[in-house]
Formats: sequence, structure tokens, C-alpha cells
Amino acid sequence: MLLSQYLFFFLSFVAVLSALMVILDKNPVHSVLFLIVTFFAIAGHYLLLNAQFLAVTHIIVYAGAIMVLFLYVIMMLNLNKEIEPHKKNIPKVAAVISAGVLMMCLVALLKGAEVQMLPAARNSNIGLVDSLGKVLFKEYMLPFEISSVLFLAAMVGAVFLSKKEIH
Amino acid sequence: MLTFIIYKSILVLIVFLISLGVAAYATYGERKVAAFMQDRIGPDRAGPFGIFQPLADGLKMFMKEEIIPTVSNKFLFILGPSLAMLTALMAGVVVPWGGKLAIGDHYYPLQITDINIGILYVFGVVSFGVYGIMIGGWASNNKYSLLGALRASSQMISYEIAMGLAIVALVMKTGTLSLGEMVAQQGTGGWWNIVYQPLGFLIFLICAFAETNRAPFDLPECETELVGGYHTEYSSMKLGFYLFAEYINIFISSAVISTLYFGGFNLPFQSHIPLDGNWLVIAQTAFFFGKVIFFIFFFMWVRWTIPRFRYDQLMNLGWKILIPLAIFNILATGVLMYALGKV
Repeated sequence: MLLSQYLFFFLSFVAVLSALMVILDKNPVHSVLFLIVTFFAIAGHYLLLNAQFLAVTHIIVYAGAIMVLFLYVIMMLNLNKEIEPHKKNIPKVAAVISAGVLMMCLVALLKGAEVQMLPAARNSNIGLVDSLGKVLFKEYMLPFEISSVLFLAAMVGAVFLSKKEIH
Repeated sequence: MLTFIIYKSILVLIVFLISLGVAAYATYGERKVAAFMQDRIGPDRAGPFGIFQPLADGLKMFMKEEIIPTVSNKFLFILGPSLAMLTALMAGVVVPWGGKLAIGDHYYPLQITDINIGILYVFGVVSFGVYGIMIGGWASNNKYSLLGALRASSQMISYEIAMGLAIVALVMKTGTLSLGEMVAQQGTGGWWNIVYQPLGFLIFLICAFAETNRAPFDLPECETELVGGYHTEYSSMKLGFYLFAEYINIFISSAVISTLYFGGFNLPFQSHIPLDGNWLVIAQTAFFFGKVIFFIFFFMWVRWTIPRFRYDQLMNLGWKILIPLAIFNILATGVLMYALGKV
């Protein structure tokens, strides 16, 4: 086997295991840390596909910024086992049912899917910043700009909500 | 292939050792600079002029009693300083330390790897560096540590944005994300990037101070308010790792600043200097380290000159001054490039 295949299996193992630990660990801070490990494993997958730009932005945005804020909030709330409120049974049952429905949808969706090999993604330059930028700013110019407007709206909304009083 | 791996491993080892060595002597330099600024002598007991002081300090750190609070999370408590050290050492991989050495008929570049997104890699490592402080501060199970860690994280996230925006303008000008290419551009044509991006450099420099938690931005370890900040509960070499990581960060920041804005390893008026081959490469590397040492000195100079910010001042500076300035810088760069027909 190729080295990249070993790496692929290792990264997949780490990603799945840490993703499981996110939901299995009782401590919310540990969950966040496991989620960061998952993001790193996924970034490793991007690297295997020669998408370095995607891998690094994934780490900067998700692991470096969003998860820091998650961790920040959870540390501020200081959630831990002793003070965690006891959950009632009804939400638990509802959660199990909705998760089961989601599982069924996923299985139904994936049943019809065919396994395909991507055409030599490892050696293509599709993930390099050069080609990515060209695609983003030529073919997908309008969706890109619209999504940036969406982000701006979200930012303005966040500032608006966090203001206690409006002068 | 095998020689390639051996050569790269040796280079990694050398960069690793130089980072540690420079950081160790930066602690000595810091105390000497502080002493000079305050009209004192500074450390002078260990060896002539006290030059063995870092060794004595290191030995002291190793020999001290190691205390792990019983109520803390032991694994994360140890992970904190390890992560701080790890992320501090990782960024040196993409810095071009010099040109290509010719030995026999092979060329050996003095840069470990020139990935095409080098500057973003540095960014990724920097943005990850906050976890060492956050995890350590939380795992200590101490209010002061937690407050220090929260301060550190909010400060680093805030200043990362302005830093990124300052880099965007630089990338617009150079048209590449690779550090090796940026240095090559500054060597062959025109001026160093500081001439084209003075405002961007100023923003980047301020943000570098904030990212390394150096005075005037050392609020995460503000001893008048927080005892010792995020490392209050740490002792022995784990405390040493935190302090040491800060000096490695200063070293790497200085190297990145020199690379991005001050021509990297290029000499001034390089084409007029009658040196060639390996001698030129050696002179370039020496000059690069000269620039780096100057910036390390600058970090210390500022620390012993300017008092610490208040927390609201820090946030106002980051969000209301630096970010708008950085956006203006991007706009001005774009307009200038368009006006000069460089697009």
C-alpha cells in the first residue's frame, strides 16, 4: 500500500474516533477539544487531496477561530458534571426519535449512491489557491458576493443583538 | 530520496536548535536590555558578563519542585504548556533562512519547505497557539488562570483579524502566498516591501506584539490584577515552557516580519556587492539573523518603554482603530495598483 493510503486510514480513524468522543464525553470542554482534533484530521484529508489552501483555511477558520469562541463561551459558563441540570426524559425520547429519523434519511439517501473514484484527485491542482481563486472569482462570482453580503448581515445582526440599548 | 530526507531532517534539527538557542539567549538579552534601560548592570554572576545565565536558569527550572494541583485535569494541565511549545516551534518550517548552498553539484536551499501557502501556514500555527494558553488556564482550575486564559484568547482572536487584513494588502502587492517567492521578489526588483506597505507593516507589527502577549499587550499575565495570569498554577519546567514559548514566538515573529517587509535574507544593494556563490549565501543568512536580532531587541525596547494597556483600550485599539485602518490599507493598495496599472 502507498503511504498516502496508510495516512488516509489513520486520519479517518482519528476523525471518526474523535467525532464519537465529542458526543460521548460528558465534559463539554473535552467535547470541544475532541472536535478540534476532528477538524485537524479532516484538514489532513484535504492535504492528501493536494488542497493545501483549503486545509489551512479550514484550520484557521474552524480550529483557530470558531472553536476558540466555543471554548471561550463554555469556559465562561463553566459547565461541568456537578452543576449540569438534570434533563427530563421527554427531550431524551424526542432526541432519540429525531436522530433515528435522520439516520433513516441518510441510509435511504446513501443506498442509491454509487461508489465512484474521483479522477486522480491526488495529483490535480484543483485545490491550489491559484485555480481555486480563478474558479471562485470567475465562475462563481455572484454566489460568492451574495454569501459575503449574507455574512455582513449576520455581523450587523450580532452587533445589533449584543447592544443593550439603542440610542 | 534518502539524501533528501536526511538533508531535510538535519535542516529541521538545526532550525529547532537555533530557535531554542536564540530563545534561551533572548531571556538573557531581555534582562540585559531591561538593566540597560533602567541603568542597572543586570545578570553578571554566571560566567563572564553573565553569559551562562540561561543555562543556570534552565537548570533551575528543571530542578524545581513540580506541583500539579490535585483538583486540576492532569492530562490537560500537562498538554497546555506542551501545545504552547509545539505551536511556537512549528512556524519556523516555512521561513526562508537563506539562499541555496552549493555543495558539489547539488543545491541545498536553506528553507525547510516552500509551500505555496506559506504565509497562511504561519497564520494557522499562530491561530492555533492560543489553545496552549486556554487549555492550561482552564485545566489549572483557578479563577485567575481562567481569566488570564480568556483574556489571552479574546485578545489573540481580535488582533488576528487586523493581522490578516494587513497581510491581504501585502499579498495583493506581491501576488503570492509563498514566503520564498516574496523574498525572491524583494531581492530581484525594486524596494523592500516596507516601502510599498508602511501602514500594513505598522499594523502587522502591533498585532505581532499582541499575538506574542508582549508588553504593552501582556494583559493575560497581568500580575497586578491576575496574580500570574494563565500560568499562576504552573511551576518547574512547565512554567519554563510557557515563558520559553513566548521567546520562541518573538524569534519567529521577528523572522516573519523581516521576511515579509524587510527583504528576508536579501542584502541592501545586493547587486553591487562583490560576493558570489556560497559566500553570498552565508552573508545573506548572517544579515537575516542581524535583522531578526534587531527586531527581537525592538520587542524588548518597547516592553521596557511603554506601560501596559487597560483592557478596554486594548479592545478599542484592536477593533475600532486597527481593523478599519487595515481595511483602508487594502482599499488604498487596490486603488494605487489600479491607478499604476499593476493589476
